[in-house]
Amino acid sequence: MNRILIIAEHDGKTLNPGIAKCVSCAMQFAGYETDIAVLADDAADICRQAAGLQGVSRVLQVERPENAQALAAVFAPQVVALAAGYSHVLGPSTTFGKDLMPRVAALLGTSQVSDIMSVSGPYEFKRPVYAGDVIQTVKAAQDSKLVATVRIASFPPCQTGGSASVELVAADAVLPTHTRYVELRAQASDRPDLQAASRVVAGGRALGSAENFKLIYDFADKIGAAVGASRAAVDAGYVSNDAQVGQTGRIVAPDVYFAIGISGAIQHVTGIKDAGTIVAINKDPEAPIFEIADIGLVADLFAIIPELQSQLG
Amino acid sequence: MQKILVGVKRVVDYNVRVRVKPDGSEIMTDGVKMSVNPFDEIALEEALRIKEKGAAEEVIAVCIGIDAAQQQLRTALAMGADRAILVKEDGPVEPLTAARIFLKLIEKEQPDLVILGKQAIDDDNSQTGQMLAALWDRPQATFASKVELDGGKATVTREVDAGLEIIEVDLPAVITADLRLNEPRYVKLPDIMKAKRKPLDVTSLEELGVAATQGVEPVAFAQPQARARGVMVDDVAGLVQALKDKGLF
Ligand SMILES: Cc1cc2nc3c(=O)[nH]c(=O)nc-3n(C[C@H](O)[C@H](O)[C@H](O)COP(=O)(O)OP(=O)(O)OC[C@H]3O[C@@H](n4cnc5c(N)ncnc54)[C@H](O)[C@@H]3O)c2cc1C
Ligand SMILES: Nc1ncnc2c1ncn2[C@@H]1O[C@H](COP(=O)(O)O)[C@@H](O)[C@H]1O
Repeated sequence: MNRILIIAEHDGKTLNPGIAKCVSCAMQFAGYETDIAVLADDAADICRQAAGLQGVSRVLQVERPENAQALAAVFAPQVVALAAGYSHVLGPSTTFGKDLMPRVAALLGTSQVSDIMSVSGPYEFKRPVYAGDVIQTVKAAQDSKLVATVRIASFPPCQTGGSASVELVAADAVLPTHTRYVELRAQASDRPDLQAASRVVAGGRALGSAENFKLIYDFADKIGAAVGASRAAVDAGYVSNDAQVGQTGRIVAPDVYFAIGISGAIQHVTGIKDAGTIVAINKDPEAPIFEIADIGLVADLFAIIPELQSQLG
Repeated sequence: MQKILVGVKRVVDYNVRVRVKPDGSEIMTDGVKMSVNPFDEIALEEALRIKEKGAAEEVIAVCIGIDAAQQQLRTALAMGADRAILVKEDGPVEPLTAARIFLKLIEKEQPDLVILGKQAIDDDNSQTGQMLAALWDRPQATFASKVELDGGKATVTREVDAGLEIIEVDLPAVITADLRLNEPRYVKLPDIMKAKRKPLDVTSLEELGVAATQGVEPVAFAQPQARARGVMVDDVAGLVQALKDKGLF
C-alpha cells in the first residue's frame, strides 16, 4: 500500500500554496501514489485547484457543513477515516498542519515526524531541531501508518497543469461539538503571502514604533514584497503576529529577504535559511545577522530606506 | 475549577548554541545550561494567573525526564506551582509517550484544564498537546495568545498564519501556550526557599503503566551547512548594484 494522502489547507476558496510544496515532497517517495483530501463545506473549487497539481492521482472531495472551518478536533476523525487506504498521511507544517496532524497521529496510535525537510526514504527523513542549529535524521516505524508534516520552505511548488480525478468521498466519523469556531481576525491586505512571496521585507525592534514600521510597508509595497518581522517587533505591537518569521513564527523561502534592524538571533535566522539572498541592514557592524547575510550594509535604516526605495522602485 | 496541570520540560537553554558530537551520534549536552522550556514557563504563568484570580485551586507541574529535572520542577514550584510530579525516565520520551503519560496523570488528578507549551525548543516537535487532547477525547486550543475562562468554557485566541483565530472550547480541555500569552514572572529568592518545602512526587512509567514507544527514532545528527559569508557594501548604491548583479532587480 504505497499511497500518500495529503490533507489540503485552504481558506474556503483557495488552496494554500503550501500544498503544491507538499506534493513536491511526496514526489520524492519513489513508487508512491499521491492523493489530496479537501475537507470543506463547499469543496468543488478547491478540488479543481488541487486536481491541477502535477503528480496527484486523485482528489477526495469531502463535504460537510461542519467543515466550513478547519477545527482540528472536527477534521481529525474524518482524516482518520480517510487514511484507511494509505500508508502515509502528510500535512503542511503551517499552523493548520501543526494543529491537525498530531491529533490525527494520536487517534491512529502512531508517532509523527514533524517538519520533513528532505526525504531519504519512505521512512527516513531529515528535520531541523534546536531552532535549526542541528539537523536530525529520523527513522520511522514501518509497521504503522506514517503521519508527518512537511517543512514547506524546503520544497519548491510542484508543476500545475495536471488533471487528477475528483471523487466525492464520505468520511464517516462522529464529530465532536466541544470545539466551536468564533472568528478570524485577519489583516486585510493585498500584499503577497509571506510563505509564497518571492521578496520579503522584514523589520525588527529597531523600527521603534508602529508608526515607523510604515517605512517597511512602503518599501515592501514599492517592490511587491511581503512583510515580515522579528518577534521583538511583533511583541512590541509594531506589526501583527502573522508577520513573525522564525522558529516559532513562519518559515520563509523568498528569492530575496531584507532583514532591516534585526539582530539575527538564532530563533529568527532559522526562519530565513532557505532564502535565496539575504540582505542585512543594521547599524551595528557586529550584529550576528551579518554572519549569514549575502549582502550586508552597516547603516542607520532611517537614513537609507527612503533612498533604497527610490532606487529599486 | 479545581486543578490545572502544566507541562514543564527540561531543555537546553535557548541561549545555548547546540553542538553535535563529531561522530554525529548525539548532541553534546555535558555541562550545557538546562532550563525550563520557555513555552512551559508561559503555560505555568497562565495557570498561576488563573489561580490568583480565584478561578482554580491548585496548579500541578509535571515533568517527564531524568532525575536532574527536579531542578526545573523546583523552579516551577518557586514560580508558584503548588506541587510537582516527576515522571522519571532516563531514555528518550517522544510526544506520543508524553501524551500517554499525561493522560494517566489526568485520570488520577482529574484536572479541568491542562496547559502545555506549544513546542519544546529542543526537538521542536509541537505535538504533545494535540496528541493528548486526541487521546483524552477533549478539545485542543493550540498556540494560545489569550485565554478567557467563563464557567465551563474557555474562549481562546490562537496565533495562526492568517492572523488571530478565536475559538470556544468546553472544559476540560488542553491549551498550548504561544509566546504572547503572557510574560512569565521572575522567581524571587524567598520563593526558592519556600519551594523547597513544597511536595515533589516522583513516579515512573512502570508505575503509571505506560510503555515508552519510539515510533520515530533519531539515527544521526549533523550541524547544518553554514551559509557562505557574503559581501559588505558601503552604501545604497553598492547595495543596489549587488542586487542587480545577482539578477534580483
Ligand atoms: C522560545 C523563543 C522563541 C523565539 N522565537 C522567535 C521567532 O520565531 N522569531 C524571532 O524573530 N524571534 C524569536 N525569538 C526572539 C529572539 O531570540 C530575539 O529576541 C528577537 O529575534 C530579536 O528581535 P530583533 O532582532 O528585532 O531585536 P534586537 O535583537 O533588539 O535587534 C535590533 C537590531 O536593530 C539594530 N538597530 C537599532 N537601531 C537601528 C537603526 N536605526 N538602523 C539599523 N539598525 C538598527 C540593532 O543594532 C540590533 O541589531 C524567540 C525567543 C525565544 C526564547
Ligand atoms: N518530557 C516532558 N515533560 C514535561 N512536559 C513535556 C514533555 N514533553 C513535552 N511536554 C509538554 O508538551 C509541550 C510540547 O512539546 P513537544 O510536543 O515535544 O514540542 C511542551 O512545551 C511541554 O509543555
